[in-house]
Amino acid sequence: MLAESGILLSVRSGSPFLIGSPERSDVSLLVKVLMNMAMSVSNTGERRSQQNTRPACNTTSFQKKSRSKLVSIPGTRPSVQNGQLIVSTGVTSLDYVIEEDKYDSYSRMLLKYFLAEGVVCGHHVFLGSARDPPDEIMQDLPAPILDDIPSNAVNMGQVTACDSEDQGSMKIAWRYQNLPKVQTALASSSRFGHYYDASKTMARELREAVKCSTFFLPHELPAESHAEPSPISEAYRLLLRSIQELIRQEGFDGTAPQKSRNILRIGLHSLGSPLWADDICCEEKPTQASSLTSFLYGLRALLRSSLCTCMVTVPSHLIQNRAIMDRVTRLCDTAIALESFRGSERETNPLYKDYHGLLHVKQTPHLNCLVCEAPDTKDLAFKLKRKQFSIERLHLPPDLSDTVSRSSKADVAESARLLSSACGGLATSNKHLDF
Amino acid sequence: MMLPDLGSLLGFSTEKIEKGDFILLSDRNADASFLINHFLSLYLRAGCKVCFLGLVQSFSHYSAVALRLGVNLVQAREQGQLVFLEGLKDSVGQLLQQGPDSEAYPMGFLRGSQTDLRSLFRFVQRSVGGAGEWSPSILLVDDLSVLLSLGVSVEAILDFSHYCRTTVCHQLQGNMVMLVRVGEDEDDEEGPELLLKALTHQCSLALSIQGLPTGYCRDIHGQVEVRWKERGPGAAGPGGALAQKKLLQYKVHDKGVSFFARGTSSAVL
Repeated sequence: MLAESGILLSVRSGSPFLIGSPERSDVSLLVKVLMNMAMSVSNTGERRSQQNTRPACNTTSFQKKSRSKLVSIPGTRPSVQNGQLIVSTGVTSLDYVIEEDKYDSYSRMLLKYFLAEGVVCGHHVFLGSARDPPDEIMQDLPAPILDDIPSNAVNMGQVTACDSEDQGSMKIAWRYQNLPKVQTALASSSRFGHYYDASKTMARELREAVKCSTFFLPHELPAESHAEPSPISEAYRLLLRSIQELIRQEGFDGTAPQKSRNILRIGLHSLGSPLWADDICCEEKPTQASSLTSFLYGLRALLRSSLCTCMVTVPSHLIQNRAIMDRVTRLCDTAIALESFRGSERETNPLYKDYHGLLHVKQTPHLNCLVCEAPDTKDLAFKLKRKQFSIERLHLPPDLSDTVSRSSKADVAESARLLSSACGGLATSNKHLDF
Repeated sequence: MMLPDLGSLLGFSTEKIEKGDFILLSDRNADASFLINHFLSLYLRAGCKVCFLGLVQSFSHYSAVALRLGVNLVQAREQGQLVFLEGLKDSVGQLLQQGPDSEAYPMGFLRGSQTDLRSLFRFVQRSVGGAGEWSPSILLVDDLSVLLSLGVSVEAILDFSHYCRTTVCHQLQGNMVMLVRVGEDEDDEEGPELLLKALTHQCSLALSIQGLPTGYCRDIHGQVEVRWKERGPGAAGPGGALAQKKLLQYKVHDKGVSFFARGTSSAVL
């Protein structure tokens, strides 16, 4: 199974002139992975009417016509492109690698969103951490903003139009109307993604309703380690073994009966940091350079043959050897790097005043297909508002200052004058030309 | 024919397969895995015996892609035309040191007790020999540089590729196709760069995939530089350099790839 790196990519063509389109972005949809289960899900051969099948959606490049006849697991959706199950914020058997921002604030946020989505969808959640006790992280999950739909209706597949956004015709910026919308529309009744309120924590009952397994390295690592030489270190080996055991016990590798199949969401915090007994962050030529990459390879193997999805955060700014980070990226399916403006000179830069940081898409997945879904642009920025974590195309704020326009008008008049004199004399003198 | 432009350029077709070729695929800041899939389909269609070391993806992934290219891997495997090593499947057991330690496991180098790729080579040897009705024998590796991530040294990988080349290209007069992935910085990396340079000297055809030098573009996925040795009576011997060169751009589609000369992409014209 391969964990592929997380996906991220709900991008919205953010233009300051759009009128009439409500702002809706959901981090879970943002992280859309078009990955499919590596393990081929057996076709049930019958169209389940409860399946959340989505009709053709041509508003975004990430949504496709859905094919029916796939196993129905709550919180998942089949992808048309390659017949895999898509989980919101990811695709099963994929793992995401998120390169942490410097103070690990936003990457932790994304990890929590990922886990929270798992709780809300009823998936089994696994959390591995070396620094913070997993229970603390679990208690800190953001609260979902739920509609007043009773939970029984969760599996009722109401086929709703994908482009449920109110398009509205644009009056001023009508040229932008023809731009393809990259935003993924969220039809709330299909329960495919949820919004979260970052200022509230999730209710305990909700959290305790799902099965949660944890791995906290200080508790698991034996005092004496008698490891034989191996490409993988003791800490990672224990983590890999515990994930393998969990998959076998709960039957995520396909041994569970079809009716009770579920997805395992694995969240791994800060892999590669010294707390995982790894020295790639300390040395330029580390002694166990291939430990993390070997672990990721094993994780990939586990994910590819089971119904799992995994999100890993890595403190890449600490890793001194660029080559290792490249290898980590290649071993994952989706890789994104967060660069927050906090504490850097960009925080005060007026260009970036609307955002909290930049988001770089390093790699996009292409499982079971030749071509990878690439976003329109790779200049993305993110901002964390109270009720959303939104990722948008980076765009410059509108040029509204007076001084600038005045000088530009003067320039325009000047050039117009020159032009007209060259063309043979029209009386323009101080006339402003408005384009 | 999957790669009409590239195929006709290089003299590739399902009817005529060159013997003794070592084809090196490499990518930098891009993904050349589509080429491996194309070669796999090409050789299977041409009726060759194929040994495929799929180290980075599962069998079902290659199978799904091959179906889009018109080839059924499951059937080929059942009939014995394709021998497929699914590296990922056995890897967890080896990494966790479960099960007995034996040279019979191709991925046994993950245990850490072996410093070389002997067991992997033995697997290749067993698979390409005894071709029977399928001929010639082909070895495909996807990809070689992941072995570096698993703690194998550059020397061991070069030894392995040398042994494979001797067996497949010289003894059996078959072809070998290997993919090596390198990072962005040309000077920085030691492992993959060394590997790439050494293998480039040994190969007869090199396809290098790169992202566009001017940046990311949705309609043109990258450029491919093709270098090959001259064949025929006037050609240099086996030690000759890759003299012929050609630069093309490409775009990957759902069912294939299109190549075009620089500046002639449909997005531009």
